[in-house]
Amino acid sequence: MRQFKSIAVSTLLLVPALVSGAAEMRFPPPDFQTSYKLPDLYVPPSASSNGMWDAIILFLALAATTWMVFKARSRKGLFILSIFSLAYFGFYRTGCICPVGSTQNVMAGIFLPDVGVSVAVLSFFVMPLLFSLFFGRVFCASVCPLGAMQELVAIAPIRISPALDRTLGLGRYIYLGLAVLGVATGSGFFICRYDPFVGIYRLGHSYGMIMAGAVILVLGVFVARPYCRFLCPYGILLGWMSRFSKWHLDIPPSPCVNCRLCENSCPYNAIDMPTPQHLVENPEVGKKRIRGLVFASPVIIAVGAIAGYSMYEPLSRIHPTVTLSERIAAEDAGVVTGDTLESRTFRAGGQTAAQLNTEANGIREKFKTGGMWLGGFLGLIISLKLIGLSTVPKREIYTPHKETCFSCGRCYPYCPVEAVPKRA
Amino acid sequence: MSEPVAFDRRDFIRGAAAAAFAGGAYALVGEKGDDMLWQLDPNKCTQCGRCTTHCVLPHSAVKCLNQFNICGYCDLCFGYLQPGSRDRDTGAENQLCPTAAIKRTFIEDPYYEYIIDEEKCIGCAKCVKACLVFGNASFYLQIRQDICINCNECSIAKACPSDSFMKVPAHTPYIYLTGDFESTISKPSGDPHQPQTTLGPKEESAAI
Repeated sequence: MRQFKSIAVSTLLLVPALVSGAAEMRFPPPDFQTSYKLPDLYVPPSASSNGMWDAIILFLALAATTWMVFKARSRKGLFILSIFSLAYFGFYRTGCICPVGSTQNVMAGIFLPDVGVSVAVLSFFVMPLLFSLFFGRVFCASVCPLGAMQELVAIAPIRISPALDRTLGLGRYIYLGLAVLGVATGSGFFICRYDPFVGIYRLGHSYGMIMAGAVILVLGVFVARPYCRFLCPYGILLGWMSRFSKWHLDIPPSPCVNCRLCENSCPYNAIDMPTPQHLVENPEVGKKRIRGLVFASPVIIAVGAIAGYSMYEPLSRIHPTVTLSERIAAEDAGVVTGDTLESRTFRAGGQTAAQLNTEANGIREKFKTGGMWLGGFLGLIISLKLIGLSTVPKREIYTPHKETCFSCGRCYPYCPVEAVPKRA
Repeated sequence: MSEPVAFDRRDFIRGAAAAAFAGGAYALVGEKGDDMLWQLDPNKCTQCGRCTTHCVLPHSAVKCLNQFNICGYCDLCFGYLQPGSRDRDTGAENQLCPTAAIKRTFIEDPYYEYIIDEEKCIGCAKCVKACLVFGNASFYLQIRQDICINCNECSIAKACPSDSFMKVPAHTPYIYLTGDFESTISKPSGDPHQPQTTLGPKEESAAI
């Protein structure tokens, strides 16, 4: 028995029994003559075990938002809920855990064998998606603290061209792909690491991230919700769910009169207008183009996969072990002079450079597969987007685009049909 | 909204998606679905000092512990005294701790007790290193779970050069050193982690 007995039992009077243990201690534990008793270790329990409460509050916030979107149809109500979400999930709970970040925990649970996902984290991931599946992106409307912050600063939003909007929107897919790749290869949680607003919630972060948050907020005054539209990886999943949503926000509660008043109300390009006459083309031409694109899509996917595969080396540098291995190799070869804290720590440890290199090579192999999947995924998204662009669905009224609409309710006040029942 | 709708393709997709969620959720939570907290393994720690500066909190959640059953209660405590200090007393110029967070109390000749003031400790590990190099290694760093806000990705874990940070189940939130520091614990499971093994059940509940 090399371990010390409980302090309560002996105030270390059992010194002879501890000879083997004491041999490794430079100074034997004292044999007190006075009635001195060893103090207790101060080990406070966890303060952050209220995950289930947060999940309940998240559910209530989602339910309240749904009510505001569908029943009350109140932009003001949604705005007030945004302030609550920002205050509670953002500033009070310091932004952790949030559904956007929980994507990575779930991915870790899927890809890494020894990682589990707690019920609270999982409910944070699943609840907004389920709500989205039935009611559209009500989570984005006024529950997400990141969205709420940007919604509050979007004072003078301008509309940017749909083409630019869609192109920049591809950034979300790249971000999602990289985030999943990062989790699956054990490189880290990049969505959390580069969360631009967490520094504002906590009133402190690195200079770079505070600046990034500030730039996004300033930009967000004019280009509403830049993070949500061009970066948010969770928004993609919500959008996919919302596309099939059973119910969704409607601009007019009763038949649309095509008054065009809501046309400019949406800063997110999320209102689908009635199809203009000049766009209704000969169906044969359209069919031919779609056929061509469908046949081209495997090629696009394959090109993406090959590009992703060949990018494995730069991609693998997101993993700290690979960077360390390269650093050690460069130091050994004399390419760089001096050392870093990481390389010093490595050299002080028991591992050899060859072992580290073998480990890094194993990780690089993972990035070959991962890069291929990432490239293939992006290729698939691009070809789907191209096919989507070449279809012109016939619409006669103004409807929100279910995938991109944040259900923020900005269009409500613009609709004259909305006001009719109130006057009657 | 409440009109009965015929079951169509979209309903099927919705149903399938909801079922997939439920099934996937059940599979994911399983047995590993514990609430996890960050903790650092004192056996891997190299006392680099980054815990002080890399925590997202203004005052790091990493604090030093003095495990009294390992402590030698030395008069010449290298964790307490500045190397080469003239006197072995509580003079500010003699203290190694930059915030004077260690309280030195005379117990009996020649033993002194060293208690760390949680409020002042910044987790810089200067005392930890000195005690490890010259003493019994009774000082070590731990994340204080009442201060830690449990970020999804710990900023210190990202910066840690020796990969000491790990997630531990919430019911065993600390990694204690045992008396035998050569063969101390390095994995987050197993009996040695249970607080009662090293501290005894009474000590666990009683805090200073």
